[in-house]
Amino acid sequence: MSDNPLVRFQNVQKSYDGKILVVKDLNLDVEKGEFLTMLGPSGSGKTTCLMMLAGFEPATYGEIYLNERPINNVPPHKRGIGMVFQNYALFPHMTVAENLAFPLEVRKMSTSERSDRVKRALDMVQLGDFGNRRPAQLSGGQQQRVAVARALVFDPDLVLMDEPLGALDKNLREQMQYEIKHIHENLGVTVVYVTHDQSEALTMSNRIAVFNDGVVQQLAAPDTLYERPENAFVAQFIGENNKLRGTVTDLDDGYCVVKTATGAMVYAKAVNVKKVGDQSTLSLRPERVVVDPEPGAVQNMFEARVLELIYLGDHIRTRIALLGREDFIVKVPNSANHAFLAEGETVTVGWLQEDCRALD
Amino acid sequence: MTETTVATIDDKLLTKRLGKAMFRSRLRAFMLVVPVLLFLLLSFVIPILSFLLQGISDDTFSSRMPKTTMVLSEWDAVSEPTEEMYAALVADLKVVRANKTIGKVATRVNRDKPGTRSLFTSTGRKIAKIEPPYKESLPGIKKKWQDIEVWQAMKTASRKYTPGYYAAALDLKLTSDGSIVRQDENRRIHLTLMTRTLQISFLVTIFCLLLGYPIAYLLATLPVRSSNLLLILVLLPFWTSILVRTTAWIAMLQSQGVVNDLLVYFGVTDDGTRYSLIYNKLGTLIAMTHILLPFMILPLYSVMKGIPPSYVRAAKSLGASNWTAFWRVYAPQTIPGIGAGAILVFIVAIGYYITPALVGGQEGTMISNTIDDHMRKSLNWNLAAALGGVLMIVVLFLYWIYDRFVGIDNMKLG
Ligand SMILES: Nc1ncnc2c1ncn2[C@@H]1O[C@H](COP(=O)(O)OP(=O)(O)OP(=O)(O)O)[C@@H](O)[C@H]1O
Ligand SMILES: [Mg+2]
Repeated sequence: MSDNPLVRFQNVQKSYDGKILVVKDLNLDVEKGEFLTMLGPSGSGKTTCLMMLAGFEPATYGEIYLNERPINNVPPHKRGIGMVFQNYALFPHMTVAENLAFPLEVRKMSTSERSDRVKRALDMVQLGDFGNRRPAQLSGGQQQRVAVARALVFDPDLVLMDEPLGALDKNLREQMQYEIKHIHENLGVTVVYVTHDQSEALTMSNRIAVFNDGVVQQLAAPDTLYERPENAFVAQFIGENNKLRGTVTDLDDGYCVVKTATGAMVYAKAVNVKKVGDQSTLSLRPERVVVDPEPGAVQNMFEARVLELIYLGDHIRTRIALLGREDFIVKVPNSANHAFLAEGETVTVGWLQEDCRALD
Repeated sequence: MTETTVATIDDKLLTKRLGKAMFRSRLRAFMLVVPVLLFLLLSFVIPILSFLLQGISDDTFSSRMPKTTMVLSEWDAVSEPTEEMYAALVADLKVVRANKTIGKVATRVNRDKPGTRSLFTSTGRKIAKIEPPYKESLPGIKKKWQDIEVWQAMKTASRKYTPGYYAAALDLKLTSDGSIVRQDENRRIHLTLMTRTLQISFLVTIFCLLLGYPIAYLLATLPVRSSNLLLILVLLPFWTSILVRTTAWIAMLQSQGVVNDLLVYFGVTDDGTRYSLIYNKLGTLIAMTHILLPFMILPLYSVMKGIPPSYVRAAKSLGASNWTAFWRVYAPQTIPGIGAGAILVFIVAIGYYITPALVGGQEGTMISNTIDDHMRKSLNWNLAAALGGVLMIVVLFLYWIYDRFVGIDNMKLG
């Protein structure tokens, strides 16, 4: 972590009703110029964190710093943080241009500078001709762009976005993801983004904070999160994942052996196991399972029965029965000489010790 | 495009089919509302129209005194009445005396020339024995029959369709030659009443807005459980009779009432100089504001409830202080509620009747109290109708103004 982050959450806790902590001991630094995404299932406390940062909800305990200044007692309008709301919150009684001019007006900017900036902001989101329209006369995607432009027009250091693309259809959402990413890159503004869509998080972010139950489970770059999840929740939440449970029987130099309920021994990489005898969840990505491996090429090899085949074009999604589980998924790539499987057939599958991560 | 291809294939057939389908669904919709339409027609539209008609038509005189009416219509209203006119009058008087409707005729003429009621009734008692020439014998019974103003009053009263009542409602007077002049100084009361009614309604609307807006805001922002409780408190007055509430205000505000007692107790005033808070305009204003408050709060509440908190939050995140966020972002979005509440309160207030009658005293009564007077005491339904008509026109005019400047479609009732 760098020495002077833009935002620092320090031991922040939040409770709405005095009984349940919806945010439990949050410690999080947001670096300048970073695109940080808070990702997590519904009700995990993402919006709450954002609201505390924006100043609409007080933190129950702990301190939030902006530019190394504690801001718990700074009212929202003095924080200078831009915000994009899920329902856009464009003022319906003002035109698009008036909406954009609003933050400049309350900052007592001169009329000419105001119209200059409004024009630039509208051009940035490719809505140059829409200044005189009312928000209700715009499509969802256009409203979304206006909301982004309005949050940026007064040059804030930090912009918060709470599921800004939630109401858009899939195509538009993907297009907007790229546009927001490009705006972020061009302006160098710091963005804290909230979503519960993992592919959106993976596409856009420099770093992702995975939330569950009021706790940050892991904070890392997208590729790290996917390839080296630190606990079972992250492994399950990001991408697809096969789970095997068992007891640790041997632990040595970062590698371990886990004995499953069926008595099979699985060689795995020890990521989050502490000692022999502990329970552990093994995590294995479907695309890392090899069908009919060369003997000796992989440490783990087992017999499996093919239960279901789904043809998906670039790969064939195969559900197999393995080590007492019937929900084990294997992705067989549709490559030049891949294995042809039939339902009910018995095959050998295997994987590298490296690819199988022993988690808590 | 599909539209054009469809149109070129069979343009007319399509329109026809569409028309047919539309007609059927419209017919069904119409049949559904027929009962309520009939009900409204019979119980609302027809009675009101026929009542309003009374404001311009009056056959009290013309139907009972047909012969007199005929000769009066030919009379120029300045020359001396002829023997023929006297004869017609006597003939008619004999009839109305016999069928006991002379009182109604007398009352009618009395409206145009006060003091003529007894002229008719006492003449009626002797009319049976009268002999021609009537031009001499009728003034023989009562000398006043020679007064040309009596004849002019009868001429005015004999008109079946008359602008006279509307004129009276506006403090004007219809003279016997058909021209309209201002009412005598001491009989001008309706315009004063009308302006007072408008003024009271306007003030009540303003007070309701000032008091209701914060409450509605509180209702809309409080958590559901406490806001429901508060809403019940707001609605509670609705479940109590207006009479009870008004009487409660009498107990509160009268000179020996609770408020004055408290003021004396705290030394704001002393026993000799208690404030007169009731039986005047102030009393009407206080009681009506209280009674009409829910009409303001409910539409405001429903509009405010629909404004997501994210708007004000957005304004604040953009740098607006609490006050600016409220004034520039929140308040403009409540205008539909303000409009609806204000129109409701104003229109209900302008026709308000029980409360001003009970607590208004002399200077706090309103136009509807006068209408009621004419309906039940002086039995001048025609003038009551004309006053009602004027009131309706004023309301429609204000409605039109509102539409011009705020826009009716900008109003939200729930
Ligand atoms: N104003 C509030 N009063 C009481 N409890 C609240 C309030 N807002 C949120 N909560 C509770 O706090 C928890 C976290 O809510 P939060 O809105 O932060 O979740 P989230 O991660 O943003 O979820 P989502 O993805 O559904 O938006 C939830 O259990 C929610 O019920
Ligand atoms: Mg949320």
